[in-house]
Amino acid sequence: MSLLTIDGVWKNFRGHSVLRGIDLEVRTHEVVSLIGASGSGKSTLLRCVNLLETIDDGAIHLDGQEITDPRADVDDVRRRLGIVFQAFNLFPHMTVLDNITLAPRQVHGVAKAEAEEQAGELLARFGLADKARSYPDQLSGGQQQRVAIVRALATKPRLMLLDEVTSALDPVLVVEVLQVIRELKDSGMTMILATHEMGFCRDISDTVCFLDGGVMLEMGPPEKIFTDPEHARTRDFLRAVLDSGRL
Amino acid sequence: MSELQVTESAAGWVKSERQLERERVRRSRARRSASIAGTSTVVFLVLVVVGVANSPGWPRVRESFFNPEWFVKALPDVLSGFLLNIKIFLIAEPLILVVGVLVALARTVTAPAFFPVRALATLYTDIFRGVPTLLVIYLVGYGLPALRLQGIPTDLATLGIIALTLSYGAYVAEVFRAGIESVHPSQVAAARSLGLSHVKAMRFVVLPQATRRVVPPLLNDFISLQKDTALVATLGLLEALRQAQIIATSKFNYTSYLVASLLFILLTIPMARFTDHLAARTRRRRG
Repeated sequence: MSLLTIDGVWKNFRGHSVLRGIDLEVRTHEVVSLIGASGSGKSTLLRCVNLLETIDDGAIHLDGQEITDPRADVDDVRRRLGIVFQAFNLFPHMTVLDNITLAPRQVHGVAKAEAEEQAGELLARFGLADKARSYPDQLSGGQQQRVAIVRALATKPRLMLLDEVTSALDPVLVVEVLQVIRELKDSGMTMILATHEMGFCRDISDTVCFLDGGVMLEMGPPEKIFTDPEHARTRDFLRAVLDSGRL
Repeated sequence: MSELQVTESAAGWVKSERQLERERVRRSRARRSASIAGTSTVVFLVLVVVGVANSPGWPRVRESFFNPEWFVKALPDVLSGFLLNIKIFLIAEPLILVVGVLVALARTVTAPAFFPVRALATLYTDIFRGVPTLLVIYLVGYGLPALRLQGIPTDLATLGIIALTLSYGAYVAEVFRAGIESVHPSQVAAARSLGLSHVKAMRFVVLPQATRRVVPPLLNDFISLQKDTALVATLGLLEALRQAQIIATSKFNYTSYLVASLLFILLTIPMARFTDHLAARTRRRRG
């Protein structure tokens, strides 16, 4: 059954269309990757799903409910989604533990002790058990991003949106964050990830979408997209990635 | 200090000739700048003292402003008045903080139902930042009781505190608003994406970060407030400035003003150093 349905979504910024009629379906437990050059609309699409951007046409359904209906409860929709940003966006004035337990306690009404216990378990699972009392600026970029993922997970989302989560990290730190995402897939989490990590994307995705200038140019299983793409634009993009040594 | 730490942690490292030479040069330069600074300070002070003491009116100024005898006589009265300044300051300060935060928050609320609140908050800051504090004190001090409404305080100190709160609340609200706006939108996006409402995002994510950032400018406003408690003297309250005035006009000696000035300085200097300390700490953390 499809968890998320995106139908003909358009998004304009100052008279310029960033998304031009995007269609996408995501089933439960599916991992969908969005690839494409910077500015192709990957991040904007994720922000539209999270309702951080208001779409200009089309519709997005989550669990059969239209979330782009102006009457939909925005906070309620976001409670069911987790998003992780490229720049981590941890709250610098809170410890790791407080960052993670804020939403469970303030949004989901979980008691402090219970929220902290669950946060502790998640931190331990991702190798961060000793960082609970640290502040974000005392952590490496990779650790910060893992905390950001745990923070999003702590609200038990139905769907995780990962927006170029490794783009701000050096190669060694990228590996530890990718391992976390792999583990999420193994645990059955439904995810949409915008990424430039082509090797990883090929490994982990059930479906790969190639975006070009706000259009979903091609979509299919990774073997198909990476070895036998139909569009010349997709081939050019993949060749450019290959030439830059990132595949 | 840091040299010691380095040699301890890097066992087996012997400083090279080149490094020792470098450190000798640095030390001799530091000595030279220190002696230049010392000399120029002494020369400057001597010039000022000689200049003032040789001015034609100096003996009379010294007699009427720097008379030790009058200093001792004026001290008890001015000091007792000064306690009232401190009291007004201590009561007004928390009130101003509350008003400032509430008004700043009111100006950030975007929900249409709160339009009147937002408009009112904007009007308030516009008016009270524009009207001189002294005028606000007159208007509140003489105008409010003249209304003869029930429940309006007639106690002068209370009226003075209300006036100072109204005036400074507007400044402090703007300081808070600047702080709130300085928190990057991505922080709000992160909070909202976790499902936090606008109010909770403000309370748990934006306001705590904003408050940390505005502490130095806030303390600056409070230093200013400490001095401006003297303005309530115009209502006839027996605070430090008023006490000094009484002595000065009845005895024709202005040393009491010096006493009042010194008391205000003694109060503001620790606050100023504390502000510097906080600002330096923030710089270190960011650097």
